[in-house]
Amino acid sequence: MKPILNQPSISYGSGFPTLLRKEVMRFYKVAFQTVAAPVLTAVLYLMIFGHVLEGKEVYGRLNYTAFLIPGLVMMSVLQNAFANTSSSLIQSKVTGNLVFVLLAPFSHLEFYAAYVLAAVFRGIVVGAGVLLITVWFATPLFEHPLWIITFALLGAAILGSMGLIAGIWADKYDQLAAFQNFIIMPATMLSGVFYSIHSLPAAWQVVSHFNPFFYMIDGFRYGFFGVSDISPWNSLAIVACFFILVSVVALRLLQKGYKLRN
Amino acid sequence: MHAAISIENISKNYGALQALNDISLTIEQGEFFGLLGPNGAGKTTLISILAGLATADSGHAAIMGADVQNQFREARRMLGVVPQELVFDPFFTVRETLQFQSGYFGIRNNNSWIDEIMANLDLISKADSNMRSLSGGMKRRVLVAQALVHRPPVIILDEPTAGVDVELRQSLWQFISRLNQDGHTIVLTTHYLEEAEALCQRIAMLKQGKIVALDSTANLLSQYGSVKKDGEGKTDLEDVFVNIMSGGTR
Repeated sequence: MKPILNQPSISYGSGFPTLLRKEVMRFYKVAFQTVAAPVLTAVLYLMIFGHVLEGKEVYGRLNYTAFLIPGLVMMSVLQNAFANTSSSLIQSKVTGNLVFVLLAPFSHLEFYAAYVLAAVFRGIVVGAGVLLITVWFATPLFEHPLWIITFALLGAAILGSMGLIAGIWADKYDQLAAFQNFIIMPATMLSGVFYSIHSLPAAWQVVSHFNPFFYMIDGFRYGFFGVSDISPWNSLAIVACFFILVSVVALRLLQKGYKLRN
Repeated sequence: MHAAISIENISKNYGALQALNDISLTIEQGEFFGLLGPNGAGKTTLISILAGLATADSGHAAIMGADVQNQFREARRMLGVVPQELVFDPFFTVRETLQFQSGYFGIRNNNSWIDEIMANLDLISKADSNMRSLSGGMKRRVLVAQALVHRPPVIILDEPTAGVDVELRQSLWQFISRLNQDGHTIVLTTHYLEEAEALCQRIAMLKQGKIVALDSTANLLSQYGSVKKDGEGKTDLEDVFVNIMSGGTR
């Protein structure tokens, strides 16, 4: 074996592309569970709700099944982006292999970017899968594709960041499950995936406006139909602010090494 | 020339527990250094601070002159750590694990070096096996390989032979000794004191977060040589260790 110290000087680059690749490979290796299963779940939602509410119209002109598709796509994007960062971190923490990432010379920004971009990628892959299958049931209009892409990317990045925060905070799987079941799931379900908030009583409409997920779904749906509960610009402003907030929190936790470097 | 490891007045508390109490220590380049102490003495905490896995409450530490906090990139590139726990990522094969670890340090096209490390640690036949399928000894070899993929001049081994069979222990020590002969600084913590005695040129002993002995192995043995209780036979490091930990001084 050649002495390591006599090797030619090593040129070091950034470890970020490798960490990103590793995080993508992690879910790709179990794609049946991480991609196919959520697509199937979304299709089942569409079949059941589409059948039960057949003939109902939304916004006065849209068939309910078509209305439901963007909501289900966005819900899949959000939930899977959250699942990617949170499950990766909690597994690495519980099994102890996070040490290999912590020993490497990553800045907190590189760590954040790699985990969140991988989460965005998984969210978009699952969302695209849901869209590809559900368009066989009803074709949404794709009126403003740029809005669709913008809200999908921002929504996935927000939930990826929230998954990172949850994964850092949680010490055990049940703590993470509590975060997922008592915060992410209700906020997603009550965000207007299955209904327009104009169909709600006035009080619940007010409550919905405090749910940031509502703006992600509403803005995303605007991209498909050109109709939304509130202006897409307002939704974009709120979603962008929320993205900045969760990113700052996640970056701060990483910079401090909260529950990671102690 | 910078010291391989320089530690100045490091203290660390975990709540009411004082894990490290004003530790200062310099390890020169090329040394084979032993860090000994009973469980809870602060060895792993000290290693964690050097590796950036924990932050000291006060004091400074540097690897090859690079401060572990302010110049963390340089410091971590200079350091390879073999952790105490048998940890692994169950999603990947041995080769993938080493390629990822190399990439984390920003080193691309490192396959020939990875192959060489695997060959030296008898891992070639397991290169494409998933980490889950490996025995404990093989997993331990992968941990050593992971610490070496970025060619660090300083290598810390935190109880690398805990739970390892005799054959692997011997082959591991041969390999580590060769690295030391090639110029690497090796820092070893172990509960197998005969290993420390045979391998380490200098030894620090920690007790309750403080260094209670720091000298060459030969000096420690001669200094504490007459304290063997039965008065017969050659004094070994275990006698020295027991005497120092029980509060005996010379």
